[in-house]
Amino acid sequence: MRVTVRLFARLKDLTGAGELIREIPEPATAHAVWNTLVAEWPALREYEKTMSVAVNAEYSRMMATVKDGDEIAFLPPVSGG
Amino acid sequence: MGVPAVAVTADPLDIEPLIALVGAAGDGAVVTFAGLVRDHNQGRQVRFLEYEAYEPLAVRALQRIVDEAKGLWPDARLAARHRIGRLEIGEASIVIAAASPHRADAFAACRYMIERVKQIVPIWKREHFDGGDVWLEGATADPDDEAARVKAYRTACA
Repeated sequence: MRVTVRLFARLKDLTGAGELIREIPEPATAHAVWNTLVAEWPALREYEKTMSVAVNAEYSRMMATVKDGDEIAFLPPVSGG
Repeated sequence: MGVPAVAVTADPLDIEPLIALVGAAGDGAVVTFAGLVRDHNQGRQVRFLEYEAYEPLAVRALQRIVDEAKGLWPDARLAARHRIGRLEIGEASIVIAAASPHRADAFAACRYMIERVKQIVPIWKREHFDGGDVWLEGATADPDDEAARVKAYRTACA
């Protein structure tokens, strides 16, 4: 299946892309999507403990199941305001 | 409801429309907050800030905070705008207005909003300073983190 990955702030800088399309085998979790990214960019690994994940623009969890066409966003610690 | 209570925008922020948005004839208080870009941070001379948002979720998270505040201070009304893009020193990155029949609720709701924004709204600032730039990273965003929510509430009521 095909998912869209969104990356922000330093995660975007580390990969050089704010949006990526990835083919991953079903069934898959958000964590599986993350692992494909870490395999490509090992520097991402340091964010595993501090980032948040959103699926289709709603906060979710790394163990959440993702479906074909979903948008998975990985969010580094926020600094708005 | 025509004008939304919360928004993320690249346009300069103006507090007056927010005051009008939250106001009602029974109000005895309106409290406003503006977060500004300052010229120094952690010993660095700041040149400007660059804000980025995951916009659809940022709007939802802002609305979630308004809804949380409604549960805590049912008589208060809140509105907020967060700016994104390049912001110069002295410009407002966020404006919040809270109105209520009594000042205590308006102050508390306004403070709660900014504390929660810093906890759960997916917006990031990149600080451009003399000699480089860095993405600032604050809180791990988790809207279900009860301890964080309680901390914001206690700060709001301090």
